This record gives sequence, structure tokens and C-alpha cells, in this order.
Amino acid sequence: MNVTDLTISSIQEGLRNRQFSAAELTTEALRFAAAENPKTNALLLVASERANAAAKRVDETLARGENPGALAGVPIAVKDVIVTRGVRTTCGSKMLEHFIPPYDATAIVRLESAGGVIIGKANCDEFAMGSSNENSAYGPVRNPVDPERVPGGSSGGSAASVAQGTSVVSLGSDTGGSVRQPASFCGITGVTPTYGRVSRYGLVAFASSLDHIGPFARNIRDAATLLKVIAGHDPADSTSAPVPVPDYPALLDGNVKGMRVGLPVEYFRGLSSETGDVIAKGVEDLRKLGCDVRDISLPNTEYAIAAYYIIATAEASSNLARYDGVRYTIRSAESDTLSNMYRNTRGDGFGAECKRRIMLGTYVLSHGYYDAYYIKAQKVRNLITQDFTKAFAEVDAIVAPVSPFPAFRLGEKMQDPMDMYLSDIYTITGSLAGIPCMSVPCGNTASGLPVGMQILTKHFDEVGMFRLADAFERGQSSCVSRK
Amino acid sequence: MRYVADLANLRLTDQEVGRMIHDLDEILTHVDKLSEVDTTNVGPMAQVLFEAEETSSLRPDIEHEPLGTDLALANAPAKGSGHYKVPKVIER
Repeated sequence: MNVTDLTISSIQEGLRNRQFSAAELTTEALRFAAAENPKTNALLLVASERANAAAKRVDETLARGENPGALAGVPIAVKDVIVTRGVRTTCGSKMLEHFIPPYDATAIVRLESAGGVIIGKANCDEFAMGSSNENSAYGPVRNPVDPERVPGGSSGGSAASVAQGTSVVSLGSDTGGSVRQPASFCGITGVTPTYGRVSRYGLVAFASSLDHIGPFARNIRDAATLLKVIAGHDPADSTSAPVPVPDYPALLDGNVKGMRVGLPVEYFRGLSSETGDVIAKGVEDLRKLGCDVRDISLPNTEYAIAAYYIIATAEASSNLARYDGVRYTIRSAESDTLSNMYRNTRGDGFGAECKRRIMLGTYVLSHGYYDAYYIKAQKVRNLITQDFTKAFAEVDAIVAPVSPFPAFRLGEKMQDPMDMYLSDIYTITGSLAGIPCMSVPCGNTASGLPVGMQILTKHFDEVGMFRLADAFERGQSSCVSRK
Repeated sequence: MRYVADLANLRLTDQEVGRMIHDLDEILTHVDKLSEVDTTNVGPMAQVLFEAEETSSLRPDIEHEPLGTDLALANAPAKGSGHYKVPKVIER
């Protein structure tokens, strides 16, 4: 059995035909993860005990002749910002080095109810803040395609794990591009569903109005299957939407003839030539599939990063206020007063990027600046969302690059936070609007680095997005190449 | 910078303050772009909204087992008698 080639459907077939048991598969997956993980540092923890228990349940269900669920036996990595009862959850931060959550996130409960086997917790930028996974307190993740390069961020570990084969699918979280960009950099599929589609209960909050849980997979069908399992209304999250969840994988028919696809002109200006060439070839393939491709305009795109970094940091500064030395394991010693305890604990526990965002968020919310920054940014967010609403009156889907460039070298952008922020330009707009968006492998640069193509559709139209992605994928060869 | 750090309950070293001034200055310069946008008659968007009844975010009022004190306190750095412990707040 080669775990790096497995898919959700091949695992289901293997279990059905008694080629292997869930326990055997899990033993092999755990062995492979333990042996290979040091090459990338994608996993912060391998959850052997929990994985073996889940596999045992699947085998028992199968032995009784019952349906073990859509994810039966599937080895899954979970970004370490999603809480797992009894399994350490660090958020990539020193602040939560010893944090053992007392409950499971809703997405975790749903994965395991569908027979999924959680194999480990995936490395990430601290509190999901970053675009390269270099902001983890537990060391950077290396891109399996080229170990001298970053896997992207903030869900770098979740993406690298799937690309490397230490998990078959994984969960990440996306606030401004943190699923799509690492998927693009690692040559796999990553999905940011509609805001409200997947419960955020148990997703440690970074920017609550922008946070999404989303799947990574090696093909579209697996991503669609995983999303179907975790999606749907949850009474524990008041922002989760009571909207029925379609059977995504069953609706992939490969036929997108006549689908109207828009190319936002603002996204193709100033694109690095290599990335631009790969995307242009992808767009040509969409035309060959019978898509009606046309230019569209999203005029407020250039203001997205400014609006995002105000809104996201403002929300982060509030959400991260809870780490004060009282409830979450770490407290700095020798603080004589309550106030000093807060300050010292936070000064010791947070890394540089978290501090930068807390400071920016606190500043834009402070007296005298609130209207000029925060309210203004929310108004611009509204305009960006209206851009999409107008565009979707003319087209069924929007196709764009995910990132202006492929995976960069470790350390290349660490000295200039603004430069790092600007790399999120194409993913932030979809996040602000809350529409479904995903990254699909589109091809490689001359030096073999993967390039992802982004597909965006209107609110709750994951079906359209998956159908286009699936039809596109059927015409491509595998884009993941391992060095 | 020190004032904002105080608001955020964040201790910063002198070196961190120096770096922060440089970084935030660069970010705020970029953010000033927003002043170019005419937002007359545009409402602020605080949340992504979806079509639903007004009460759709309310859940049925059903009792369920709470987490319990022991589990809730399990991650506390200092606790005692079913409470979180913190440094002395009021001097006698």
C-alpha cells in the first residue's frame, strides 16, 4: 500500500474489497507520517492513539455490515487552530504550548462521525497570521515540492501534509487566503467555502467575520466529499447558515459547456510573466471545454488589502485579548499586579507578527481613529462585495490567479511585512465578500513550481465552483511533482 | 506606540517598539489609500449576510450538560476552590 497515492474513493474501495482494514491503513499512515514528517515539519503532533481508536470504530462498523461513513478510514490532518478534545492544540503559538482543549470543534465531530481518522495536527502560522508558515513558534514548514521554499500560509502544514502524503486530505482555515495560497504553492486543491457554510465552533478565532474552515485534497472529488461532510448549519455557531448542503461529489459531471467565466482585468495586470503564462494556458483549456470566457471588472480590488488589514487586525486585537495569563496555561512568573501579569504574559507568549497585528488592530479601533479606519474599511468591504454581486449578474464563475508568484524561498519576505501582505492581493477580495473560492492546480513554472488557478462563484454556489474545477481537472495531468 | 501597547495590554521591549514604529508606519501609509474611495451613502459591512428568517440564528432553548468546573479550569495556570487565581487586585 502506498499511502501517498490514496484518495477517499480508493480507500473506500479498498475497505469494501477487504484489501486492507482501517486499522492496517492507519498503522501504515502513522508509520509513514512519523518517518517522513521531519522532512517538512508539516505536522506538529501525530495523534496515534486517537487515530487507532477511530480506525477500530470503522472496522467494527464494517464488521457489523453497517455503513462506516463517507470518510471511513481516511487519514486526515487538522490545522492546529481547530480544537481537538484531549489532543494538544497550539495555534502555532508559544502562548498555547500546553493547551489541551476540553471539547471538539463541530468540524472534528463531523469528520469522525463520517469515519475519518485524524492522524495529526498540522503546523501553521501563529494564530493563522501569515502567508508563509514562517510565523510558527514551532519552526517553519518546508514545501514538499522544494524544501528550500515555503509551503505558503497560514495553513502551510495542512497543505504540505497532503502534498507530501502524510495525510490524504486535511482541514485548514482561511481568513484572507490561508487555504488557497498554500494549496497553490504545494500543487494541491484547497477550498474556502461560503462564509457560514462550515461551522466555526471550535475554530480558534482570528478575525471572526472572515474566518472559514476549508478542505485540502489531491483532487476535486475528495475536496467536495470532505466539504460535504463538514458543511451545514450548526446551532453552536450563530453565523453558520441554515442553507441545505448539496451532494457535491454526486454533481460533478465534467460538463461545463456554455458556463460563463469572467476574468477580472484588475487581477491580470502586473502578474509575473510565468504565473501569468500558466494561468493563460489554464484559461485556454476552459475555452476548449466550451466555457464562454469574457473580461469583467472588479474596480475596487486595489483597496482590498488596506480594508482587509484594518478589519482583520481590529477583530484579531479583540479575539486575542483572551490570552491574558488567566485561563490558557501560560502565565509569566513574578508579575506583582494583575495588569503586569497581562502585559508580561502577552509580551512573552506572542510572536512578532501577532504583536504587530494586535498593535495595528488596537490602533485602528482606538478613540479618534475608529471612524477613519475601521468604519471606512467596512464601507470599502461593502463596495468590494458589490463588485462581485454585479459581476455575478453577468458570469457564473470568476477565474483568476491565486498568488502573484509561486512559492518563494524561506526567509525571502520575512523582513518586510507589507511585502508579505501584498502577496495576498488576489485571495483577500473573495474572503471579504464571503463567497466560495478555491485553488486548483493549473500547471508548473519552468523550474517545476506549482501554480494554482482560483475559481470564485456566488454565495453558496459551491456546486458551480466544484463543477468547473472538476471539468478543468479532468483535462490536466497531475501537477504535484516531488523532489 | 507605548500608549497603544498599554491599551493592548502588551509589554514591548525598546527594540520591539523601534521595529513596530517602522512597520506600522509602512502599513498605515498603504492603508491611507482608502481615503481615495468615495463611500458616500455606502453602509459599513460588518458581517457576510445570507437570506434567512430573522430568528434563524436563534437555537431552541434546550438544557444541556455544561462543560463543568473541572474541565473549564483544566488549562488554568493557577486555580483553587473552583476558581481561577490571579495576582492580588485590591490592596487592603
